Amino acid sequence: MTYSHIAGGETHRFDTLAHVLAAASPLRSGDELAGLAAPSEANRVAARYVLADLPLTTFLEDLVVPHEHDEITRLIIDSHDAVAFAAFRSMTVGDLRDWLLADTTDGPALERASRALTAEMVAAVSKLMRNQDLIAVAARIEVVTKFRNTIGRKGHLSTRLQPNHPSDDPRGIAATILDGLLQGTGDAVIGINPASDSVKNCTDLLKALDTFRQEFDIPTQSCVLTHVTNSIQIIEAGGPVDLVFQSIAGTEAANNGFGVNLAVLKEAHEAALSLNRGTLGNNVMYFETGQGAPLSAGAHHGVDQQTLEVRAYAVAKAFDPLLLNTVVGFIGPEYLFNGKQVIRAGLEDHFCAKLMGLPMGCDICYTNHVDADQDDMDTLMCLLGAAGVNFVICVPGSDDVMLSYQSLAFEDARWMHGNFNTRPAPEFDAWLTRMGLGRDADRRALPDLGDFAKRAGLVA
Amino acid sequence: MTEMKSSLTSNLRHLTPARLRLEAGGGAAKLSSVLDFQACHANARDAIRTPVDWRGVTEALGDAAAIQVHSRAETRDIYIRRPDLGRRLRDEDAALLPEGPFDIAIVVADGLSAHAINDTGGALVASLLQAFADLSVAPVVLAEQGRVGLGDEIGAHLGAALVLILVGERPGLSVTNSIGAYLTRNPRVGTPDSARNCVSNIHGKGGLSIADATHKINWLVRHARKLGVTGVGLKDLSDTVPLLGD
Repeated sequence: MTYSHIAGGETHRFDTLAHVLAAASPLRSGDELAGLAAPSEANRVAARYVLADLPLTTFLEDLVVPHEHDEITRLIIDSHDAVAFAAFRSMTVGDLRDWLLADTTDGPALERASRALTAEMVAAVSKLMRNQDLIAVAARIEVVTKFRNTIGRKGHLSTRLQPNHPSDDPRGIAATILDGLLQGTGDAVIGINPASDSVKNCTDLLKALDTFRQEFDIPTQSCVLTHVTNSIQIIEAGGPVDLVFQSIAGTEAANNGFGVNLAVLKEAHEAALSLNRGTLGNNVMYFETGQGAPLSAGAHHGVDQQTLEVRAYAVAKAFDPLLLNTVVGFIGPEYLFNGKQVIRAGLEDHFCAKLMGLPMGCDICYTNHVDADQDDMDTLMCLLGAAGVNFVICVPGSDDVMLSYQSLAFEDARWMHGNFNTRPAPEFDAWLTRMGLGRDADRRALPDLGDFAKRAGLVA
Repeated sequence: MTEMKSSLTSNLRHLTPARLRLEAGGGAAKLSSVLDFQACHANARDAIRTPVDWRGVTEALGDAAAIQVHSRAETRDIYIRRPDLGRRLRDEDAALLPEGPFDIAIVVADGLSAHAINDTGGALVASLLQAFADLSVAPVVLAEQGRVGLGDEIGAHLGAALVLILVGERPGLSVTNSIGAYLTRNPRVGTPDSARNCVSNIHGKGGLSIADATHKINWLVRHARKLGVTGVGLKDLSDTVPLLGD
């Protein structure tokens, strides 16, 4: 089936639905690299006209990644909720955009939409939305998840404390955790990207994190972000795994590149549930995604990177995660070239995941070869704060000394709480107050760093 | 008391290169931290954008022959947007390369850090040439706008059994001049990364020194020649297993 639009006497023809979706995407280097970007600005807008008039049912019939070749397509199509979709069945993509932006479309209505819409429908509508639209709709969606605390309530913003160290030195990591806690971060998770992926090293780090958490009785969860098969081994050996982490992408072939599939994710999910370590809830998975991952694995099936990104959220949704975040500026400039592209992608990723009912956070970040700087990150931080992001990632002074890239700083979390009038997860917020670290703490009566360091095993 | 606290803070800071603040209820970052961060970021950006001083690199090689080539990425902007072009040799440059056979070819590429090549590139090649004195070594190839994969095409044209490419690594805030070395046996266009061995973090700021890097790379070269393999089939045991005398 071909699609076309006539504008200014010129006919813009698109051979496939994937071409319409790709051409309609705001410009980004990854789609240019894949040869999928609109050849002109006029063509890009023509594709949006085509998209606006497409019935949503098109996406159930014309599958951008073939059903027989891809288990994620099968997951999306075979588990589609036709009953929930009935209310949307007669809409075009343009109608859906208008419905999302209507004043009468409230939280419960958006929750029903999350069960009705497929990843491709959500990606399609996002391409017709301006940045302010992506913010306005996301801000009306509340996705709450629980393990040892409650994440995602309106009026709350959580943080991942990321205490990475270039050689996984446990004392260096502990000092960094201390720094993050002093500044009120760590309620989404205290999560380490290990420098060495060996099972023994990851187990040692998990044990150290668990001891630290118990010493201070912190109502939060810990994670060592190693491969899902490592986490399964660690669980089988009795290691203290709170959350199982995995990077995921939107095609079966790209996930093969990560060494995972739906079956192994299911196995890991069940293993983590069997430990029953959550005290308030049983959301035990933590996923990361990022536009461009399938293309970098040569597994994009001629589909644009933003559409494939949303398909990764369909994978996440099948496992009821506590946390999901895009690593938006980390994948590299060949996918998102500059601050403008990173900011747009961050807002798309957040909106699309929220509309699919997921607890979306963001690693607001950039590498040094992306044309971006701290001002761009401040901008994205403000926009995602306004959009009600569930959590952000924080490192000391914005500088991740293991992965060599820049994320938010601990201070930025305080800034967001102050400017968006948010609090950390309620249980963690109460803990901060008990420790004398709350937002309203008397600055003259702050806790003794020496005592903290002693209990963290950092001084004799 | 303040003195005790500041010595504790300084002890904790020594445990990690991270930018620890260690103050509760900190408020906005100090201007000195903000400016230091900006200086480091500027340095990293400059390392990526500045051209390599190839004349300086050639001079550091002394008498060794060198050939300068260019990838298909004509500019830095194209290089950053198009990884595929940075892995391929500009058509007309293939004719500059002599036909081997050679035991090994050394390629020096700018990668993402001119600072790395300017600071360490020439001296590292000179040290490696000494270590490879008993081998037939192709003229050193200096490659502009080159990625790791470019070594494959160059090595194939030279008829080299092994290609070693030294590339400027993506700069971080603290280290902007680090070299990564990649060794590939039987190089051909399209060789997967799993068929290479990598020695990374070669720099003078707490990284691998030129002498240590030379030892490690030479160990890998000798064992690759003996086993006939690089990549996942060749584990780097240079810290425990002695160098082969071949």
